[in-house]
Amino acid sequence: MLNVGKIEEGFVLDHIKAGKSLSLYHHLQLDKLDCTVAIIKNAKSSKMEKKDILKVECDINMLNLDVLAFIDHNITVNVIKDGKIVSKKELLLPKEIKNIIRCRNPRCITSIEQELPHIFVLSDEKKEIYRCKYCEEKYTEHL
Amino acid sequence: MRHLMNPLDFSVEELDRLFDLANDIEANTDKYAHACAGKILATCFYEPSTRTRLSFESAMLNLGGQVIGFSDAGSSSAAKGESVSDTIRVISCFADICAMRHPKEGAPMVAAGKSSIPVINAGDGGHQHPTQTLTDLLTIRSLKGRLDHFTIGLCGDLKFGRTVHSLINALVRYEGIKFIFISPRELMVPDYVTEMLKEKNIPYEEVIRLENIMPKLDMLYMTRVQKERFFNEEDYVRLKDFYILDKAKMKLAKPDMLVLHPLPRVNEISVEVDDDPRAAYFKQVQYGVYVRMALILTLLEI
Repeated sequence: MLNVGKIEEGFVLDHIKAGKSLSLYHHLQLDKLDCTVAIIKNAKSSKMEKKDILKVECDINMLNLDVLAFIDHNITVNVIKDGKIVSKKELLLPKEIKNIIRCRNPRCITSIEQELPHIFVLSDEKKEIYRCKYCEEKYTEHL
Repeated sequence: MRHLMNPLDFSVEELDRLFDLANDIEANTDKYAHACAGKILATCFYEPSTRTRLSFESAMLNLGGQVIGFSDAGSSSAAKGESVSDTIRVISCFADICAMRHPKEGAPMVAAGKSSIPVINAGDGGHQHPTQTLTDLLTIRSLKGRLDHFTIGLCGDLKFGRTVHSLINALVRYEGIKFIFISPRELMVPDYVTEMLKEKNIPYEEVIRLENIMPKLDMLYMTRVQKERFFNEEDYVRLKDFYILDKAKMKLAKPDMLVLHPLPRVNEISVEVDDDPRAAYFKQVQYGVYVRMALILTLLEI
């Protein structure tokens, strides 16, 4: 089994759906940070059989928890200090997400209006449905 | 400052006040003849809609105000590539209130976000057309005396018809409403509408033929069944007559049932029905002007 060392300060994203870590890496814009990142794919999990894990050595405030919650709010966020887990962050579905996903409705004003932010609003928390703020089209794809 | 983007932007109480005002305008037109003197309405119509635009213009002129605007994107700065955000900032310098129709869904909302004057959504693509819904509600309330406890039949294209969806969403806020949806299978109301009704425990029926349920209805809202919505010519020919309201079908209806239609009508209501006292679709157009007058006054806080 492959061993990845502990991190001193940063966060560990655990219970990521197997295969999703790379897309998460991009959506969290980790490629823009100058810090150590470990991407672990297909790790064994008692809960999920297979899972991905991301270990990032940087300040927790650098992480956009809203994006993370939108992508998958079942991910566990462990905050690490001095090599130990000091807290776990609970992920709540954000009420609004801005410029993370784009509205695909060709009839939506976002398709032509210059520099208009793409905003999605949580319209049904139980069913986890987001709708475009402007045209109310449901977001159907998953990141 | 308020805008109107969606028929649900106003609470039931606010709608009651708006409709009271509209009825007062209907009864005392002279009293309001100069209410908007010195005020300007801009009608920014990026796609043609003569009826809605003229209704807004008539409303403002009846209030003693003035009107400027354009009636298609080709004759506006949009043809030169100006954004909606920029256009409304400019229009805000010219007018006191703006009614905007745009083929892109959500365009009036973008305008409202940048505007320093109230913006009314006069129709944005297949999305919302709130003043049509307000017109429908005012017509029902004025002619029936209430907006609760009745059975309404909605007939025709219930899948794509935005006026139908808006009206359903507006009516579910009132008590004792029962819906009967009358349409070919291809054009039934979308699942999200029936799911919403189930969640709220609001009774509804879905039927294919109009005549069978005519005696149950207090109101019939007709819409057009367009040929191009059908998968094949055969189905269209087989079904189209089911959705044409004529004298024979009207005989089956209650003596005080109202017939509504957002217009334009093509052939789904036979002209022989026009003289029936229950035909309310031309009165509906008149109520459209009153409700727009009331809306202009309300948004201008006059």
